[in-house]
Amino acid sequence: MRKLLPSALACLLLASACGTSSGEGDGNRTLNVFAAASLSEAFGALEKRFEAQHEGVDVRLNLAGSSQLASQINEGAPADVFASANEKNMDKVVDAGGVDGRPETFATNELTIAVAPGNPKGIEGFADLAREDLTVVVCAAQVPCGSATEEVEQATGVTLAPASEEQDVKAVLNKVRLGEADAGLVYVTDVTSAGDKVESVEFPESEQAVNDYPIAALSAAGEPELARQFRDLVLGEAGREELARVGFGTP
Amino acid sequence: MTLRAELELSRGSFSLSVTVDVPEGTVLAVLGPNGSGKSTLLGCLAGLLVPDDGVVTLGERTLTRSPRLQVQPHDRGVGLLAQDALLFPHLSVVDNVAFAPRSRGASRAESRAAARRWLSEVDAAELADRKPAQLSGGQAQRVAVARALAGEPDLLLLDEPLAALDVDAAPAIRGLLRRVLRSPGNRRSTVLVTHDPLDALALADHVVVLDGGRVVERGATREVLSAPRTPFTARIAGLNLVAGTAEGQGVRTADGGLISGIPSPDVVAGEPAVAVFAPGSVAVYPAEDTPAGSPRNTVAAAVGTLEPHGPVVRLRTVDGDGWAEGLSADVTPAAVAELALEPGTPIRLAVKATAVAIHPAFGK
Amino acid sequence: MLWIPAGLALALVVLPVVGLLARTDYARLPELLTSSASLNALRLSLVTAVLSTVLCVLLGVPLAVVLARSRSRGVRVLRAVVLLPLVLPPVVGGLALLFLLGRNGFLGYLLDVTAGVRIPFTTTAVVIAQTFVAMPFLVVSLEGALRGAGDRYERVAATLGARPWTVFRRVTVPLLLPALGSGAVLSFARALGEFGATITFAGSLEGVTRTLPLEVYNQAEADVDSAVALALLLVVVAVVVIAVARPRALEGRP
Repeated sequence: MRKLLPSALACLLLASACGTSSGEGDGNRTLNVFAAASLSEAFGALEKRFEAQHEGVDVRLNLAGSSQLASQINEGAPADVFASANEKNMDKVVDAGGVDGRPETFATNELTIAVAPGNPKGIEGFADLAREDLTVVVCAAQVPCGSATEEVEQATGVTLAPASEEQDVKAVLNKVRLGEADAGLVYVTDVTSAGDKVESVEFPESEQAVNDYPIAALSAAGEPELARQFRDLVLGEAGREELARVGFGTP
Repeated sequence: MTLRAELELSRGSFSLSVTVDVPEGTVLAVLGPNGSGKSTLLGCLAGLLVPDDGVVTLGERTLTRSPRLQVQPHDRGVGLLAQDALLFPHLSVVDNVAFAPRSRGASRAESRAAARRWLSEVDAAELADRKPAQLSGGQAQRVAVARALAGEPDLLLLDEPLAALDVDAAPAIRGLLRRVLRSPGNRRSTVLVTHDPLDALALADHVVVLDGGRVVERGATREVLSAPRTPFTARIAGLNLVAGTAEGQGVRTADGGLISGIPSPDVVAGEPAVAVFAPGSVAVYPAEDTPAGSPRNTVAAAVGTLEPHGPVVRLRTVDGDGWAEGLSADVTPAAVAELALEPGTPIRLAVKATAVAIHPAFGK
Repeated sequence: MLWIPAGLALALVVLPVVGLLARTDYARLPELLTSSASLNALRLSLVTAVLSTVLCVLLGVPLAVVLARSRSRGVRVLRAVVLLPLVLPPVVGGLALLFLLGRNGFLGYLLDVTAGVRIPFTTTAVVIAQTFVAMPFLVVSLEGALRGAGDRYERVAATLGARPWTVFRRVTVPLLLPALGSGAVLSFARALGEFGATITFAGSLEGVTRTLPLEVYNQAEADVDSAVALALLLVVVAVVVIAVARPRALEGRP
């Protein structure tokens, strides 16, 4: 106990440092994959496939907002693979010299309008969102879904007056789900994962702002070979299959 | 205004059942040990506690008549002076004293003027602009007296007003209370709760002694304190009191004897005064001995009665020279045997001057 | 012997702030802080935190007096309830407020149908969320002071002829001022830093509901330097408030 306590304390203080050390035992290898939160389902399935193919390898998924992940990687967090929800955050890591090779786009995502089941407000397209009787919630411009929203606004000439600019897609979805907002602009994949709590109203202008998801193995990877193999799995047939299942488009 | 109160109150295992009468312009001292019900009695009179049963009248007004009538504290016309001065810390001294007139609707200027009058009355005019935190304990209590009086209460309640003061400050406040309580022409009734018989002696006309919520003795102050009729009163009081006229460092008795002691600051030469000393400080010698040593008051007497009193024997004297009549002295059982003391034995008593306190007395 | 844990405690509080200072881009600081988004957030934060502190005082003082002076047993349960916002994660507090005052909440629905008033996504919602999380700080510090002081002064005031309202106004409240000061400073600080309940209940829109903490979070997505600069601003505002109020209020002196 006496020896354990200080090291446990040290782990608490330096939580990230402890993650690496545990994977260094013989035979047990760990692959740290940092992926955008919207990839949770698809990458969950890919993690299982990868572990089945590589005995003794433990894939650890760190799911968070892309910009948070990019900051963590640039601050030296132990990561082998980075899958971002947009190119801007991948570029941050590229600029910092953190990428091994070049990032490649593995999936695309498009905006859709999330509404309450049955679409009680009768929303039919993007232009309807400017209606004054509607409470509309979007993402803040600083996050990918928000910049995509801005692009659609510019392309269509429709200006929205949102009640709130949320920090992420899940918050927008929640406001719709709780009935506080009549409509919210979210990604197709988010509506898929929300099940029957919300309904999706698709609109053709969403093609104006297709979001590209890039993936890269990282130069600081503890497992460079495994990192490249995981990247290839995502880019390959298996990746395409799992991503399409939850609503992602292909590049 | 004359106060009459009959009160019954139970709280858990404690019960209070007392009747008190305080004629207009007089002071009643309530003596008793902790937990005897003194403060409960005071709380009922102030209206802060509601008795289970009882009647309280002050002059023509009824303050409490169970179970329906209970006049609220702020409507009673009572003033309360507690052990701690409890001056409002956020108000200056003058505003503390002005609190009561102000609460009764007087203007700020009128209230302040009244407050300054009362402050001079208690010799604290120079403290008017200070904050309570800048006062000594004695000064604070002086101001508290002024504050209680500034409400011009018909009934003044004093709850151990000297208990929290140090030995230097207590005599001065006792003197102040004596002056304001006994000022001629006042119609106020006062109830003084204390555990110190000296306070009662200095301030009160009458005494009731409480024990376990019951009155065990009542009467004129000097009678009760000098000749307790119950062992209980004897234990908490039982003092030797010798009355006379203040003279120098002592009291000159009616028959010309002089008892030396330590006078309190408010003793005025030529005025009535009383010498007070405890039975334990009286030494007993054979009649023929003349004790030597430090200055002593000595007097010839004869043994009247001998009673066991806890671990000692309390001796009371009869027909001695002048002031020796009716004194109490505590002696050990061994001394009783050695001196062959029995009723009628001539003896000589001695009291060290340092054990005698001299206080002003009031003739009643 | 106490200096080791005391030093650790101090380090835990101070070192992260030092880290913040170290990472600040001082060259860009003026430009980052004077952007219209930053100024809007600062103004909104100050206005809402002041309003919610005032609300805390108006509602919290009577509540504290009732809690401290009442002798009934039910009051003990009430006291525990009052502390709830301290233990609830703020996001849960925000959800709770939505369930009460949201469009589908029972009170919110009533307000919507009868008066056409909707609370979520308004500055009012920000003030309500901040008051919700900050109120316990005021009530707890006041109630402690009230219990410590007892009612001796109030009793004396009553015997001096003061009616209950006069006693409350001239004795109870002035005696409470030091504790009220520290309670108000704590409430203000808590309101200023409030994040989770606000973003859940009020949303995030520049000039309307996006207070300084929300703006920090928002900027952190795009421009870390800007977020750090804003966080520094928040720290400075908090330190100024505490420093101005400290000698009188936090040390409990009148």
